[in-house]
Amino acid sequence: MDAQHDHSISVEREREREREREREMACRQLWASRAASYLRISVFHRGFSNVVKDLKYADSHEWVKVDENSATVGITDHAQDHLGDVVYVELPEVGAAVTQGGSFGAVESVKATSDINSPVSGKVVEVNEALNSSPALINSSPYKDGWIIKVEISDNGELNNLMDSDQYSKFCEEEDSKH
Amino acid sequence: MRGSLWQLGQSITRRLAHGDKKAVARRCFASEAELKKTVFHDFHVAHGGKMVPFAGWSMPIQYKDSIMDSTINCRQNGSLFDVSHMCGLSLKGKDAVPFLEKLVIADVAGLAPGTGTLTVFTNEKGGAIDDSVITKVTDDHIYLVVNAGCRDKDLAHIEEHMKAFKAKGGDVSWHIHDERSLLALQGPLAAPVLQHLTKEDLSKLFFGEFRVLDINGSQCFLTRTGYTGEDGFEISVPSEHGLDLAKAILEKSEGKVRLTGLGARDSLRLEAGLCLYGNDMEQHITPIEAGLTWAIGKRRRAEGGFLGADVILKQLEEGPKIRRVGFFSSGPPPRSHSEIQDEGGNNIGEITSGGFSPCLQKNIAMGYVKSGLHKAGTKVKIIIRGKPNEGVLTKMPFVPTKYYKPS
Repeated sequence: MDAQHDHSISVEREREREREREREMACRQLWASRAASYLRISVFHRGFSNVVKDLKYADSHEWVKVDENSATVGITDHAQDHLGDVVYVELPEVGAAVTQGGSFGAVESVKATSDINSPVSGKVVEVNEALNSSPALINSSPYKDGWIIKVEISDNGELNNLMDSDQYSKFCEEEDSKH
Repeated sequence: MRGSLWQLGQSITRRLAHGDKKAVARRCFASEAELKKTVFHDFHVAHGGKMVPFAGWSMPIQYKDSIMDSTINCRQNGSLFDVSHMCGLSLKGKDAVPFLEKLVIADVAGLAPGTGTLTVFTNEKGGAIDDSVITKVTDDHIYLVVNAGCRDKDLAHIEEHMKAFKAKGGDVSWHIHDERSLLALQGPLAAPVLQHLTKEDLSKLFFGEFRVLDINGSQCFLTRTGYTGEDGFEISVPSEHGLDLAKAILEKSEGKVRLTGLGARDSLRLEAGLCLYGNDMEQHITPIEAGLTWAIGKRRRAEGGFLGADVILKQLEEGPKIRRVGFFSSGPPPRSHSEIQDEGGNNIGEITSGGFSPCLQKNIAMGYVKSGLHKAGTKVKIIIRGKPNEGVLTKMPFVPTKYYKPS
């Protein structure tokens, strides 16, 4: 009983630390983007992209965070780095069905358009309306404020088709070295 | 979502290859390792250049600065572009001018020595083979630059006509300047920075004018021109001196003139309302349709004498059936091939170039609509991924040009 209790506290502390790290990263990125915007200073793209440990990743560069049957979906830091400045996000309707690997929207940068594919199947229950007026949130905060949709998952087993953060980092390195 | 900048490079390359099947076949087989490199290639990579295939070359589409920032910085300070993939050549001989006038719509004979103009090479149906900046150096020497993606077909076209011309006793020969490299220095700091590197007074060199002069210790061909809408220069430099010149320019500007890639260059020319060959101009589009009637000299309108003159002069009389126009729109940025509809849902044309304007912070596009529906202020729908978006026709340029002209 005590051992179980200690383990539970430990897991909770770890989650809290992760959330703090995520907030810190988001704040730092947002500040950098705002400063750059104000001063017309370029933000130097890092040689590596940021990944978050407790997310799952698709090979088309979307992430998903799962909490029981609820999933939050966005595009990765690697994806936004390659896209450049995001100027428009095409969002699906609440209630729309999504399927794993299927396109549910699009993201537009100054130069290019890319489909956004869902990493999970289910139904859209919420969309990030803030992206309508502030699409650059995807650049400044891809894992937090730049989330795109929330999905009620229909098949949790599909998560096994996705990569963890280490696998995804390796995948990105391999993909970049091919281009 | 995959490598969007890569996609852009591929997309532009494919567009440029359109209409030239031999080039398409060749390009399809080229591996990345076989891409040509300019003398600046390693310099680009060392400065964070993201290299993509472009018209058979490995070219920087972007550096550390985002495309948005690079575009804005060009208009506020300046940009240095490597455009060595474009092809420079000289035509020489007593009959160089009449020879070239058979191939382009410009009044070459009417150009003063040391001046140039944008022109169009036409095919026999009056369609555009390529656009080109031509400069009359002297009455028997013309210097011109053609687009990278059109090089093979342009050179084949010129060579074919040159053989026929010489067979009839014409005096003309050519030299392709593959021993030289081309830089474009654009923006408000272009002239002040370049002035530090040459003794000649650049305030006396106006838009469209050309000089052969010493810059940073080497003999350069300097044209006051560019494809950004800004004041600036295109500098043809001996390749062995190219790197020194690029470094000197960046150094003299103390970091304000930035290396800038093809991505920003495309935004800049779009904001300036300038055509991209392969998108906005193609073999089946005439200069009249493209809105380049101004580039047909007065004498040429009266006399013709260039390929496809009958089609073009007829369009001058009767008006073309389609016209290139600009658009503002809401929603997603329009891209090539987006359908244009009138407010009743009828197809009236197609977008040929579009995107988000970094300077205006709104969507801009150009495309072709049926004549009669081309009035500025006309409301349209632009169909993107099956959905209509509000658009309105507008005159171009979207961002005012700042060419250096005598006041």
